[in-house]
Amino acid sequence: MGDWVDVCALDEIEEEDVIRFDHGGRTFAIYRDMEDGVWCTDGLCTHEQVHLADGLVMDDTIECPKHNGRFNYKTGAALRSPVCVALATYPARVEGGRVKVQV
Amino acid sequence: MALAEITRTPRDYSLTGPEARHAVEAGLASAEWYHSDVPRKVMKDLMRRTDGPAIRDTAIWIGLLILCAGGGIATWGTWWTVPFWAVYGVLYGSACDSRWHECGHGTAFRTIWMNDAVYALASFMVMRNPVSWRWSHARHHTDTIIVGRDPEIAVMRPPDLARKALAFIGIPDVFQHFAILARNAMGRFGPAERDYIPEAELPKAVAWARAFVAIHVLAVALALATWSLLPLMLIGGPRIYGTWHMVLTGLLQHGGLAEDVLDHRLNSRTVLMNPVSRWIYWNMNYHVEHHMFPMVPYHALPKLHALIRDDLPAANTSILDGYREMIGAMLRQRREPGYYLRKELPPSARPYRAEFHALDNERH
Ligand code: FES
Repeated sequence: MGDWVDVCALDEIEEEDVIRFDHGGRTFAIYRDMEDGVWCTDGLCTHEQVHLADGLVMDDTIECPKHNGRFNYKTGAALRSPVCVALATYPARVEGGRVKVQV
Repeated sequence: MALAEITRTPRDYSLTGPEARHAVEAGLASAEWYHSDVPRKVMKDLMRRTDGPAIRDTAIWIGLLILCAGGGIATWGTWWTVPFWAVYGVLYGSACDSRWHECGHGTAFRTIWMNDAVYALASFMVMRNPVSWRWSHARHHTDTIIVGRDPEIAVMRPPDLARKALAFIGIPDVFQHFAILARNAMGRFGPAERDYIPEAELPKAVAWARAFVAIHVLAVALALATWSLLPLMLIGGPRIYGTWHMVLTGLLQHGGLAEDVLDHRLNSRTVLMNPVSRWIYWNMNYHVEHHMFPMVPYHALPKLHALIRDDLPAANTSILDGYREMIGAMLRQRREPGYYLRKELPPSARPYRAEFHALDNERH
C-alpha cells in the first residue's frame, strides 16, 4: 500500500459529487457520498481514457461522461455497459476535516 | 495529390479498411473533443436524473399506441382507418428511434430497469439488435463522423440521394436491418460488428436477435393464416409506413457537415423544431449539445442549448431551413465528395482549432 496523501478539505467536495485528483503522475477520482463518507478510485474510465470526475454521481454509482457506463465507486464494480472492467479503488478517509487517500 | 483530385475522391467508410487505419494513425480515434465551458455546478444540475418526464412521455406514447391500434382495428376496411394508422405508424416506426437512443444512453429515466425495458421495446420496434447497437452507438459517440471508425454515418459521400429518398419508406433499411437480425439469430456477425462488440457480449446479442426474429415471423405467419395485413400493420409494418419522421429528423443530425473533425460544432447540426416533432424526437434536434454532453437527459437539452448557444453555430430555424442548407451541400457533394458545409461561429464563440481542418483535408 502507498502513503496516505492529503487531497483537500472535505467541504471542497460537494455532497454526492466527485473531483479529480492528480498525484505522482497518476490521476484519481475522489467521491463524497451523502453521509460525508469519502471514496477513491482510479480517475480514468476503464472503457476509454476519460476522466470520471466530469461524470455524474448518483447514490453509490459514478456515470462516465462519455458513454454513460456506470461503476459502483465504493467497490469499483462495473455496472453498465459499455464498461466491462472494474475500477481500481483505494482507501480514503476524513481526518480533521481533510480528505486523505492511500495511493 | 492535387486539390481538385482530393475533393473528388470517394471515401471508404468500412471499419476494417485503409481509412480505419488512417484515422488511428492521424490521432482521430478515441481523441479529445472540444467542449463548451459549463460550470460544474450547472452541469450537475443539467445532468440530474429523474423519472418524471420520461414516465409521462412513455405513458402518453404507449397510451396513444394502444388507442390508435384499437381505432385502426375497429375501423379496418374503411377509410376511417387511415388516420389511426398514420399516427400509429409514426409513434411506432419513428418515435421508437428516439426512445431507443435515450434509453440506450440510460439518461431518459433515473431508474435503470425503466431505461432497459423501454430500450428493449424500442429496439424491437426499430429492428435493431439491442446489444450490438449499444456498442455501435458508443463508437458513434467516441468517433463521431470519423471515417473508418464511426459505424453510424448516415450520409456517406458522395451521397446517394435516391437511396436517401427511399429511406423515408424504410427501403432498403428495414430489410437490411431484418437481415442483420436474422444473421445474428444464427450466431453470425460481420467483421464490423466484431470490431465494436466485445466477444463476451455476442451470446446476448444472439438471444435478443432470436426473440425479435421470432416475433416478426409470428406476425407474418398470422398475416398469412388470416390472409390479412392487419398483423403487419401492427408489428413490423410501421417501420415502412411510419418511419418517415425518423429519417426526416435523423438526416439533419450530421448531413452535409464535416468529417474527421474533433469538434461537434463542425459535424453536428442543431435545428429548432415544432413541439410535436421535438416530442417524437425527444429533443435530439439539439444534436450538437447532445454530442458534446451525452449525460444531459433529453428533457434538459433546451436548457443546455440556451446556456451554450453563444459558443455554437446559429441553430437552423426550422426543419425546412435545415433541409435547404443540407440538400444544397449534398448536391454539391455528389460532384465533390470532399466538400462540406462549414458552420460559421458567432463572434462570442471560441474558434475552431485550425488543425481539425488540416486533418480533414490531408486525408484524401
Ligand atoms: S469512456 Fe467511460 S463509458 Fe466509455
